[in-house]
Amino acid sequence: MSKKNIIIYSLILVFGLSAPFLFPAYKLQISILWVLTILALTWDIQGGQMGYNSFGNILFFGVGMYVCSSVQIGMFFPLSEWTASGGEKTFLHTTSQYFQGFTYGLIFAGIVPAIVAALIGYGILGLRGHYFAICTLGIGIAAGEIAGGIELIGAGQGMTVPPWPKGIGGTELRSQFFYYLCFLTVCVTFFVIRLIYQTRFGLVINAIRDNEDKAEAMGIHTMRYKIIGWVVSAFFLGIAGGLMGNMIGYIEPTEIAFAGSTYGVFMVLMAILGGKGTLWGPVIGAAVFHVFKEGFWTFFLGWQYVALGALIIVIVIFFPEGILGWFREKYPENFGEVVDEVDRTAQVELT
Amino acid sequence: MDFLIFKAPILMVQASMDGILLGVLFALVAYGMALQWGVMNIINIAQGELVIMGGYIAYFMYTAGIPPAFGVIVSPIIMYFIGWSLYKTIINRVVERDMFISILATFGISILTQQLMNFVFGADVVVAQSNFGTTMLFDYSVTLPNAKIFSALVSIVFAVALVLYMKKSKLGRAIRATSQNQRAAKILGVDTEKVYAATFGINAALCGVAGSLIAITFTLHPYIGLPYTVRSFMIVIIAGLGNLPAVALSGIGLGVFEEFADYILGTEFRIAAVFLLLVVILVYRRFKLSRKREYLK
Amino acid sequence: MGIILEVDQVYKHFGGVKANENVSLNVEEGSIVGLIGPNGSGKTTLFNSIVGTHPIDQGSIYFEGKEISSLPIPAVAKLGLLRTFQQTRIYEKLNCIQNMLVSSKPENDTVFNIFAKVPHNLTEKSENLLKFVGLYQKRNLRAGDLSFGQQKLLELAMALINEPKMLLLDEPTAGINPTLINGIIDRLIKVNKEFGITLLVIEHNMRVIMSLAQKIFCLAHGQLLAEGSPEQIKNDHRVIDAYLGVQ
Repeated sequence: MSKKNIIIYSLILVFGLSAPFLFPAYKLQISILWVLTILALTWDIQGGQMGYNSFGNILFFGVGMYVCSSVQIGMFFPLSEWTASGGEKTFLHTTSQYFQGFTYGLIFAGIVPAIVAALIGYGILGLRGHYFAICTLGIGIAAGEIAGGIELIGAGQGMTVPPWPKGIGGTELRSQFFYYLCFLTVCVTFFVIRLIYQTRFGLVINAIRDNEDKAEAMGIHTMRYKIIGWVVSAFFLGIAGGLMGNMIGYIEPTEIAFAGSTYGVFMVLMAILGGKGTLWGPVIGAAVFHVFKEGFWTFFLGWQYVALGALIIVIVIFFPEGILGWFREKYPENFGEVVDEVDRTAQVELT
Repeated sequence: MDFLIFKAPILMVQASMDGILLGVLFALVAYGMALQWGVMNIINIAQGELVIMGGYIAYFMYTAGIPPAFGVIVSPIIMYFIGWSLYKTIINRVVERDMFISILATFGISILTQQLMNFVFGADVVVAQSNFGTTMLFDYSVTLPNAKIFSALVSIVFAVALVLYMKKSKLGRAIRATSQNQRAAKILGVDTEKVYAATFGINAALCGVAGSLIAITFTLHPYIGLPYTVRSFMIVIIAGLGNLPAVALSGIGLGVFEEFADYILGTEFRIAAVFLLLVVILVYRRFKLSRKREYLK
Repeated sequence: MGIILEVDQVYKHFGGVKANENVSLNVEEGSIVGLIGPNGSGKTTLFNSIVGTHPIDQGSIYFEGKEISSLPIPAVAKLGLLRTFQQTRIYEKLNCIQNMLVSSKPENDTVFNIFAKVPHNLTEKSENLLKFVGLYQKRNLRAGDLSFGQQKLLELAMALINEPKMLLLDEPTAGINPTLINGIIDRLIKVNKEFGITLLVIEHNMRVIMSLAQKIFCLAHGQLLAEGSPEQIKNDHRVIDAYLGVQ
């Protein structure tokens, strides 16, 4: 790791660890920022690095959310009675039950979406270009509509998640706990993704983005790489979903879990804004977008979606390369692309 | 549930009739999408919003005391100019670029217009009463609102008129030439910019017709545009670009499918069934093509 | 030496167009074989049929005695049968070295190999091959920034790092600066002699194909018109007629 990297990483680490004390009023906002960063990072595996623009990654987020809380509840109480009776009013998790359930919930929240991704991947990832985009859009919305029709998980009314156990410190401790969990998850996600980009996997998914036919003609089983990429995304998205559901404390199918018109679009937008196809782009995009959104959302009260729509249009028309993409074109030497003019203009000679 | 279908053959007839009349409407919207897809090579996610917008124009006339059926004349005219100005402000910057950019940009338009319509017309489900009465068939067991029959007829008239226009008029020929080979058309002196603007305008006008028909036969709501986009996308990928009889047939097929899904699965799963059908069709076509070692792209 | 590639009575129609009709040809291991024919005579279609871009209607194709006409593209490539394209296909946003690294042959795409580090000696190997095709100075450029001719050379190097047994080259000298053509002929002969790679070459430049190939097949209207040594082909009046359009 170079010196510059160490400085950047330690600055972020210090900020991440001290933020709850520096900005106690914004603890929840910064927690959500970390979740959004996970969404953008995982979307970029498909959209940026692999060239498969997915509108349906929200599926894994929602599945993770529902699986997590279902496990949390179902481990100790009958799930159907919980959702029918409004949850915590009739049943109460003890402290140890709460943390035990939450741990298993998060584990399953990662695994189940990963399995879902592996199962549907072979069919869906065989589609290319806009067919893939539209198909995934359909999946995301269908998932929300279906979840809204299943009584067991509360249908359209949604369900509550187990409340923070009483007697171990109040909401202050709760928000602290979720903050650090989110921060830990985003760190793990970032470093895992950073690690796999440096392997053959990273090279091949870039090759798929540039020319998938060529990659196949060279003997690469591209489908395996595509599915594995989707499984990695789904795993972390699922965990992020589980965290988010618990943080909000309430799950609803189309507005929270399978929220195609908010988080589903946000993840695409953040990655593009920051610069898709780069490691840091989604992180920067998430930060800029979140600050912008929180700063102006109240200002645009009632007009949020008009602003969001306008923002999408402006970004894709004028900044399709994003912040980092722009810098990369402008200062390629800062991105490890050292090419001196002699080499660029050199004549090829074969003697 | 309970195998309602077998117990009640009348319901089957009812569902089929409803589906056919509805499908003709879908086909009209899909034809617009096929037109712009073929000519401009963009996919318009805001297609459904254009439909709903056209519907609200008819609804607005209804609230002003004018019979909403006249919407089929007023709405396309207004929508043509809305489409034209959308092209001039936004679409002209995404056409001829990566298709994903057009998908995202029109997605932005869709989100934006949804909330704008919400402001102007409110978030309530509205309907424009046409007072056309109903036709009863088979001893009053099958009811067909005359408005639906009217809407199917109007759709057919507009579709036929459009096909004739494409064949005979100068602009129509320019549009068809551009859709076959954009570069060749440009070299031969076709003003592609004008063609694109007109195409998008015509598409919006078709959505306007469909929307005003939906206003008198079904319901309007600012946030139900996306299913119309997905329906027309589905119809286009089944029927191909620019094949009107196939578009009409798949539209009707989709309409019947939806009505049956509605009866069998229940209304709460209707939208889910539409979106799942999209996924199933795409994946089916993908496997069918991969046997020929081709890709859906 | 044995037959490495055997195309046996292959038919391929696209709708009403008979792109390949009853085409049979054999390629001996270790040889350089030319495939010529007027435009639209079905040469590239035959290449596509061999590597599995589309299924064939009838007939069979054997590579080292193994039937390959129903295998998917990556599986054919894995057997050691690679092709280059008439219109170059490279990964335009990756630099030349990365293009080479991606193309190197993985033993098998298992989960462990997928997440394995790219070995260091591979970079060295890539650089050597880039030197071989004269692109060493361009190694850090994005492949998309190379000229068309340079991309063709890169594509050749990418195929070589995969260590194929046989290479199908689709017009390797088209679009390349004429001063480089002799160099390319020389490289291709070296590829054949030193690396032991069998070559099947589509080429329109008669000078190139005559000095390169030991045996030449000529296609016209989807059918095999003539085969033989360069001398025989040069003097075959049917070939001359086909090129000049005399029926």
